[in-house]
Amino acid sequence: MSGEALDPITLSVIQAGLQQVCDEMDLAFSRAAFSPVIAEANDRSDGIYAATDGALIAQGAGGLPVFVGTMQESTRILIARIAAGETAAPEPGDIYIVNDPYLGGTHLMDVRFAMPVWRAGRIFCWMSNTGHWPDIGGSVPGGFSASATAVEQEGLRLPPVKLFKRGEMDREIYAIICSNIRVPEQRIGDVKAQAAALMVGEVRLSALLDRYGDAVVAAAIEELRLRAARQMRAAIAAVPEGVYRASAHIDSDGVVNEPLEIRLAVTRAGALGAERLVFDFAGSSAPCAGPMNSVLATTLSSVYLAVRHIFPDVPISAGAFEPLEVLRPEGTFLDARYPRPVSGCAAEVSQRIAEAVFLALAEALPERVTAAPAGTSGNFALGGQDPERGRGFVMYQLSGGGYGGWARGDGLSNGCSTIGISKAPPIEIMEQNFPVLYRRYALAEGSGGAGRHRGGFGLDYELELRRGKARASFVMDHGRFGPPGVLGGGDGAPNRVEVIRGGAVHVPEHLSKEQDLPLAPGDRVRVRTPGGGGYGPAAARDPAAVLEDVRLGRYSVAEAEALFGVVLGGSPLGVDAAATARRRGG
Amino acid sequence: MAGSGAGQIVGVDVGGTFTDLVQMDPGTGAIRLAKVASTPANQADGVMAALAASETDLAAMDLVIHGTTTTTNAVLERRFARTGLITTQGFRDVLELGRRTRPQPYGMTGRFEPVIPRDLRLEVPERMDAEGRVVTPLDEDALAAAGRRLLAEGCEAVVVHFLHAYANPVHERCAGEILAGLWPNGYVTLGHALLAESREFERGVTAAVNAGVQPVLARYLDRLSARLAQGGYGGEVLVVNGNGGTVSSRLVAREAAKTVMSGPASGVIAAARTGRAAGVPDLITYDMGGTSTDVALIRGAEPAVSAEIEVDYALPIHVPMVDVRTVGAGGGSIARVTEAGLLEVGPASAGAVPGPICYGRGGTEPTISDANMLLGRLDPGRLAAVQGGVALADVAAAFEARLGRPLGLDAVGAAAAVVRMANTRMAGAIRMVSVSLGADPRDFALFAFGGAGPLHATALARELGVPRVLVPARPGITNALGCALADLRHDFVNTVNRPLDTIDETALHARFAAQRAEGEALLDAERVAIGTRRYLHSIDMQFVGQSHVVRVPLDNARPSRQTLASRFAEVYFERFRIALEGVPVNLVNINSSVIGERAAPDLGSLIDPIGRAARVAEAQIGQRPVHFGAWVDTPVYARERLPLDAAFDGPAVIEQMDTTILVEPGDRVRGDPMGNLLLEIVREAGA
Repeated sequence: MSGEALDPITLSVIQAGLQQVCDEMDLAFSRAAFSPVIAEANDRSDGIYAATDGALIAQGAGGLPVFVGTMQESTRILIARIAAGETAAPEPGDIYIVNDPYLGGTHLMDVRFAMPVWRAGRIFCWMSNTGHWPDIGGSVPGGFSASATAVEQEGLRLPPVKLFKRGEMDREIYAIICSNIRVPEQRIGDVKAQAAALMVGEVRLSALLDRYGDAVVAAAIEELRLRAARQMRAAIAAVPEGVYRASAHIDSDGVVNEPLEIRLAVTRAGALGAERLVFDFAGSSAPCAGPMNSVLATTLSSVYLAVRHIFPDVPISAGAFEPLEVLRPEGTFLDARYPRPVSGCAAEVSQRIAEAVFLALAEALPERVTAAPAGTSGNFALGGQDPERGRGFVMYQLSGGGYGGWARGDGLSNGCSTIGISKAPPIEIMEQNFPVLYRRYALAEGSGGAGRHRGGFGLDYELELRRGKARASFVMDHGRFGPPGVLGGGDGAPNRVEVIRGGAVHVPEHLSKEQDLPLAPGDRVRVRTPGGGGYGPAAARDPAAVLEDVRLGRYSVAEAEALFGVVLGGSPLGVDAAATARRRGG
Repeated sequence: MAGSGAGQIVGVDVGGTFTDLVQMDPGTGAIRLAKVASTPANQADGVMAALAASETDLAAMDLVIHGTTTTTNAVLERRFARTGLITTQGFRDVLELGRRTRPQPYGMTGRFEPVIPRDLRLEVPERMDAEGRVVTPLDEDALAAAGRRLLAEGCEAVVVHFLHAYANPVHERCAGEILAGLWPNGYVTLGHALLAESREFERGVTAAVNAGVQPVLARYLDRLSARLAQGGYGGEVLVVNGNGGTVSSRLVAREAAKTVMSGPASGVIAAARTGRAAGVPDLITYDMGGTSTDVALIRGAEPAVSAEIEVDYALPIHVPMVDVRTVGAGGGSIARVTEAGLLEVGPASAGAVPGPICYGRGGTEPTISDANMLLGRLDPGRLAAVQGGVALADVAAAFEARLGRPLGLDAVGAAAAVVRMANTRMAGAIRMVSVSLGADPRDFALFAFGGAGPLHATALARELGVPRVLVPARPGITNALGCALADLRHDFVNTVNRPLDTIDETALHARFAAQRAEGEALLDAERVAIGTRRYLHSIDMQFVGQSHVVRVPLDNARPSRQTLASRFAEVYFERFRIALEGVPVNLVNINSSVIGERAAPDLGSLIDPIGRAARVAEAQIGQRPVHFGAWVDTPVYARERLPLDAAFDGPAVIEQMDTTILVEPGDRVRGDPMGNLLLEIVREAGA
């Protein structure tokens, strides 16, 4: 049955049906998962992949954006390994587990399950999901070591192996995993949830196949792939032909204190109906010693998610990615090979890649692209011993920051990372669970980049260790350079970390990265996360909007004049129109 | 008490478009109904118009129960009273920073306005820790100074919101006493008083919303009470809360936030009561209106309740409310063809203005309602009554041009596709709601109401595998009926958040007893006749290391730790099909609801047995072609003429004043003595 023979209504209904299957998998995974990272922060994703090449057929709408393209890589590699005899062939009821970053992954904590869906003794398609495990072993709890120099230091690395065989979990493999990770007794809940989500998907997909017939659905999948490509091409047709360049910088790799550069040239090529965007990262920095390397799957996924932020209406599928051609960035830190450490790829490097895409396309798509967002997950980990409760603890404070200004408004304040969708935990819950006391949780005043539409504001928090001993680690970014403005807008304020130990202020040598800094009771950590970049020239901002920001204490009177050229004075505070005109006109 | 004392009651519900009224005289079984246009500027005008339309003699009434969207609209349109916040030093921005989110997964943009602007958020020195121990004592002078400053700034309401006040409210209480001495009105909200639960953003926003709508609600109720008094009414006005219970208008403003989501709650209450009386206690309610559809789950005639509802982006109101989820499809949802050549229905809506093409108000884009009209499901004859002079041919032309041509279909084919796509989407959304609440839709009946609900219900039921559809006697006044039926209800939550094995059973039992006593006192303060009092107790629990909780209902208020552990394991397995043995358990929240049942009016009085035909055939008022894949000549019945024990098979169209019921070919219709219709869905053979 050819795709053309399918009527568009059946096609639309099957598309909705496939999407529904994935959304129900996402829901099943989150609801049953044990860890808050998955259950509440939704650090997971579920999808359906082609039997032949792992091409993405559909993915849950609520999945973490960074996983938008990774599982089609890992499924593709798994299928190839099975064909080559490197991995045991599947039987009905088998589920593979894999977290190897170099086999289509992100960092080690992102554990992928993959399961074939069988129809009449043959594999119709694959289902796969990814869940972020709170720990995967390695030198630091949680896996984000800022100073790792090899992947072995980052944790347990699993090649694709069958964790479930004919429907039963392999207790021996599970025992090996449990012996290599922290708090293993809680993992069984996540493992069961992750497998259960695939089962839910299988049941729901089977119902769809029974209803419409395998051949019709297969034809629809093929046709939907073509149409998604067409839809993406129609979207990128809005980009005038040409080459658009941008660069973005990572403060350091955590080991060598030098910035890493992402250099990107986006070429809009192709004739009418064959439009494509070519992403060339040539000239980017070489693979680095520390964990700020990206693996290929993450680099691809970062490009896809950035484009989807720009065109949110295009469905997520392999077809939509087809017109996006990413040249393999061999020899750069964006295509790291074994044994380069990679823990920073999903949380930080991915966001800097997305930023490069935004910056490159801002002038071509000024109505759609925002100035740079804070673009860091702001990972602050504190591990130690709580004498009052007589137990060890590891806490994470992941923080948001300001978003970039955009064509129709200012940036959002304290938004979550570009690649995430998760909520930050409440301070009250943090203090219930860990021996810390927050002294401040506030808007980082003055941090929004100036512009016709200013950037959103970052977060300014400070906390104190109350008792016991602890070690602080930071994996953040944008400490050296703030998120750039676009179309003449100013940069957002950079990330700032200060550790007040015994009354003295310590600033990490790498600004945004440090590992295992010892803290004593009374010591404090203060973090100011980046503000978003500004959009358009600051001199074009409505003086009344500047006055309002000052009235609300977001900027000082001096900043209003220095950043926006708006002179304020009088009581009540007002705009000095004449002085402003002189200041701006001059 | 006014009136005859026979319990003459008025239920009146103000919705976005219509104000519905039901007036019941339990003595005689007489009933009056009215449906008039809502008057958003002053909802009391619409209420009085409904009373007039129903010719209700206010002087003879004993009780008025009112559902209002005054606070809903104030929240959604951000029309709050000028409100100030006094909070812990270092934390005034909690209300503006939120939980680090964006409105949608893709698209790095968004707008967010905090409920209270930054210049009206003041800090004072004070601090509790998570155990409720004082870290920094409250600076009482600073507090008084902050209060005075907010007054000078023109604030009408004030919120005191301190960190960890749920664990130890002594600072908030002290602040409340100081403010009582200087604040000129009663609009002082203490964060812990409304919600004694951890999570500072959610508790703070809930408190801020409460303060911001208190004066708005109080002013409205004053206006309404005065108007009712002018009309001769001397009794009590009860106001419906989002939990589906009611509270006296004298007390309701104190916890005004609880009324914010009351609109959809009353419909669910009516559904639960109707289902219980009809012997169909497990229901998914399906209320399809012009722009959206509300869905809720009822198990054992008890609506699911949630305390974690977000009424708008980053606007959580964490008080217990009937868990009504809104899915973005209504009669006005617009159909379009995407650049991929696929058909999409919604989420864009034509709304009430310009509305669907068939409204004749200038709408040009094809909607679900238009499709229903082209397919004969809605009466095309009604177009004649439309002002703009729209003809069916105009609707057909729009479908052909905008949808038919790109899809290769004629107008009717396009309309059928729109309905099919809309049903697919809505069924998917209903599945997500039920699955997220741990329920399989096949175990439920669909309760269809709202203007468009009964039109799509059988198709949706078929899509979902739901075996039957219950259409109540008066689908269009379900919300007003819910008002008339609602009980008095007070809910209490206290956060504990400790491992279960460290819980002191005596203290736990004392907490339940205190919640119960507080509820009893509130019921005692009501001036309404209450029948039986009911008490619901539950515990929110989780495994240590988790952040989401599971609500565990209890059958008594003196559970042992052992009972709690085993009940939790049962409920967890029931919901997630996962058993986790040996993992320690946390007790998070202690919850009680104290319910004062009002004497329930007889639902059988909702219908008028007079005028009923003796046989189904005599209730037929016409015949028209209706498109069910192909055109089928379909009988049209008048609902009010159908015999109560009617039993016949589809296809059929059943029309009544406020809705149209579509019965697909083969589905079975059964009437019951209360005037409900039960539609049995016949499973399709094959595809």
